[in-house]
Amino acid sequence: MTQKTLLKLASQSILKNKMRTLLTMLGIVIGVAAVIVMVAVGHGAQARIQDSISSLGTNLIMITPGATQQGGVSQGAGTFNRLTVDDAEKVKREATTLAAVSPVITTRAQVIGGSGNWRTMINGVSPDYLTIRDWNVASGALFTDLDVRSMRKVAVLGATVAKNLFGGADAVGAQIQIGHVPFTVIGVLDAKGQNAMGNDQDDVILMPYTTAQARLSGQTRLGQILASTYSQDDIPAAQDEIRGIMRESHRLGDSMDDDFTIRNQTDIAQAATSATSVMTWLLAAIASVSLVVGGIGIMNIMLVSVTERTREIGIRMAIGARGSDVLTQFLVESVVMSILGGIVGLATGIGGAMLLGHITGWSTATPLSAVALAVGFSAAVGVFFGYYPARKAAALNPIQALRYE
Amino acid sequence: MMSDMRGTRELQTPVISIQGVKKIYQTGETQVFALRGVDLTVRPGELVAIMGHSGSGKSTIMNILGCLDVPTEGTYLLDGTRVEGLDRNALADVRNQKLGFVFQGFNLLARTSAIDNVELPLLYDRTGKKRDTRALAKRALERVGLGDRLAHQPSELSGGQQQRVAIARALVTEPRLLLADEPTGNLDSRTSVEVMALFQELNDQGITILIVTHEPDIAQYATRIVEVRDGRIIRDQPVVERRIAADDLLHLDSDNLEAAAASAGSGAPAVAA
Repeated sequence: MTQKTLLKLASQSILKNKMRTLLTMLGIVIGVAAVIVMVAVGHGAQARIQDSISSLGTNLIMITPGATQQGGVSQGAGTFNRLTVDDAEKVKREATTLAAVSPVITTRAQVIGGSGNWRTMINGVSPDYLTIRDWNVASGALFTDLDVRSMRKVAVLGATVAKNLFGGADAVGAQIQIGHVPFTVIGVLDAKGQNAMGNDQDDVILMPYTTAQARLSGQTRLGQILASTYSQDDIPAAQDEIRGIMRESHRLGDSMDDDFTIRNQTDIAQAATSATSVMTWLLAAIASVSLVVGGIGIMNIMLVSVTERTREIGIRMAIGARGSDVLTQFLVESVVMSILGGIVGLATGIGGAMLLGHITGWSTATPLSAVALAVGFSAAVGVFFGYYPARKAAALNPIQALRYE
Repeated sequence: MMSDMRGTRELQTPVISIQGVKKIYQTGETQVFALRGVDLTVRPGELVAIMGHSGSGKSTIMNILGCLDVPTEGTYLLDGTRVEGLDRNALADVRNQKLGFVFQGFNLLARTSAIDNVELPLLYDRTGKKRDTRALAKRALERVGLGDRLAHQPSELSGGQQQRVAIARALVTEPRLLLADEPTGNLDSRTSVEVMALFQELNDQGITILIVTHEPDIAQYATRIVEVRDGRIIRDQPVVERRIAADDLLHLDSDNLEAAAASAGSGAPAVAA
C-alpha cells in the first residue's frame, strides 16, 4: 500500500464521521493551544526582563564585596567589606579593557527642597557612572572630576525625585537639603523606569562619591564598583583583568580566595530569566496535561471505531489486508487526526496569545521551539494513543470479524 | 461431450485439492469435531455447490478453502501451492492473489463508492503487478453490468446490484477461485436467479466457482453438488438436470407478461420460492 493510499483511506474514514472527528480533535486543539499560549506569555515576560536588565547599562561589570575567611571559617558574602575608593581608582588606572569605572556609595537620606520633602536613595559616584549605566542628563549637567576632587555639594536628581520635590518646575539651580546638608541641584536625569526587580530606578540622587563619603555616609567602604567595557566581547578578559588588579590591591596570596565578587550583566540576566524560564515551562507542563487528556480522547474514539468497524476490518482481511495494513490504517487515522488538531491548536494558540497580549498589554512571543514542540508532541500523542486500538484491530480474527454484528 | 471435457480437465492442476482435512475446535474441556476427514478436488472451470444444513460443517470447509482458517489435520493444495502451515501474512497474500470472496450480506464498505469498493483488493496487492487499479476496477464493474453505477454508494444500490458490486470486487484481482458463501441468502427469488445467471456467465468464461448454499434450487445451477453432513462429505455428484439461469429469467419474464395479460392473475407464478 502506498503512503498516498494510506492517507486517502485515513482521510476517507475521518470525513465519514465529521462531528465525532471534530470533537475528538478538539481535545488536541485545546491542549496545543493552551501550551502555546502559556509558552508565549512566559516568553513575553522573559523578553521584558531581558530588556529591563539591559537597561542597567551596556557591557556592565559589577564588583561587590565578597566572602572572606576568618580563621578558616567562611563568612557570608559582604560580611567583611574591603572594597575601597583606592580599589576603584587602581582599577581605573590600570585596566586596559575598561571604558569606565565608578565607585558606588549608597545611603538613604531625607531630602527637603522645592515644595516638599522625600526620602530617597543617595548614590555617591564618579562622572563615569552615567556612561556605565547608559544614562543621560535631561536638563542641566553632570558633575565633573573637578567637582569630585573638591568634594562639591552638588546633586543630580532622578526623575522621580525631581517630580516629587519640584512638581513640573525646573529643578536645576535650586537649593535642596540632603540630611541637613545644603546641596545645589545641577542636573536632572532622564527617566529610566523600573528595573528587573520592579524598583523605580529614577528614585535616586547622584552626587560625587567624595561628597557622599564626607558629608552623608561617613563610610570609607564602597557598596560596589561598577565598570563597563568597550564591547561585549571584552567582558571575560576584563573580568580576569579586574580580578588580578583587585587581588593585588588586597594583597591576597595564591592560597587565598577572592574577597570580592565580580559579576557581569549576563550573569544577572541569567539569574533573573532562569526563574521565569522555570515558570514558563511549569505552565507549559500544566497545559500539556490537557494534551494528554486529548490523547486519551483519541484513544477512546479509536477503540470505539475499531469495535464499530470490526466487520470492515474482517472484509479488508478477507480480501487480503495483512495485520500490518490494518494497523497502519488505524495508526495513520489517529495521527492525521492529532496532527490536524495540533495545527488548528497552533493557529488558535498563536491567535489567542496575540489577543491576550492585545487585551492585557503583556508582551507575548511564540518561540519556534514551542511550535515544533506542540506539533511534534501532538503527533506523538496520536501514535502513542492510537497504537493500542490499532493493534487491537490488527489482531482480530477475520472469521469472527466478518461474523460480527 | 461431458466426458470429453472431463478428459482434458484431468490433466490440469486442480484448483482445490484437500485430503484428510479435519478441524477440531477446543471449547473448554470438550472437543468439537467440525470436520472429520474431508477429501475434495475441484478442477478448473467447475461450478461446485456445497450443500448442507447449519452445523453440517460447510461453513468450516468454506473458511478453510478461503484461507481464513487452517485445518487441524490434513493437506490443502490451492492451485498447486501448499496452504497449511502458512502464517497470517502469507495467508492474507494468498487470499489477495488467488481468491475472490462473495458473502451473503454483500459486505461492502458503507459510504464508499462502488468503484472504491471494487478497487480495495488491488490496494492490498503486494506483487506490484496491478498498476492501474482504477481502470481495472472500472472494467470489473462493467463486467458485472454496473458500468453506469461507478460512483454510487451501497445505500443507493439495490440488493442485487450490491451483490454484483461484491462479485466485481471478487473478480478484480483475477483470482483462481471465486468463493461465494450463501450469495443469494439475502435476495428475493428473481434477483437470486439474476445473480446465478451472472455466476454461470462467469463460469462459462472459465472462472472456477464454489458456492455454499442450503437452497436446493440454487444448487441446481451448479455443475456439481457436494453435500456435507456431520463434518463429512456424504454425496459428491454431477448435476443431472442442470438449470440455466438465463433461460429461467426468460420464463420469468414471459410468465410475468402472461400474468399481466390475464390481469388479476389466474396462473400463479411458476417459479418455486
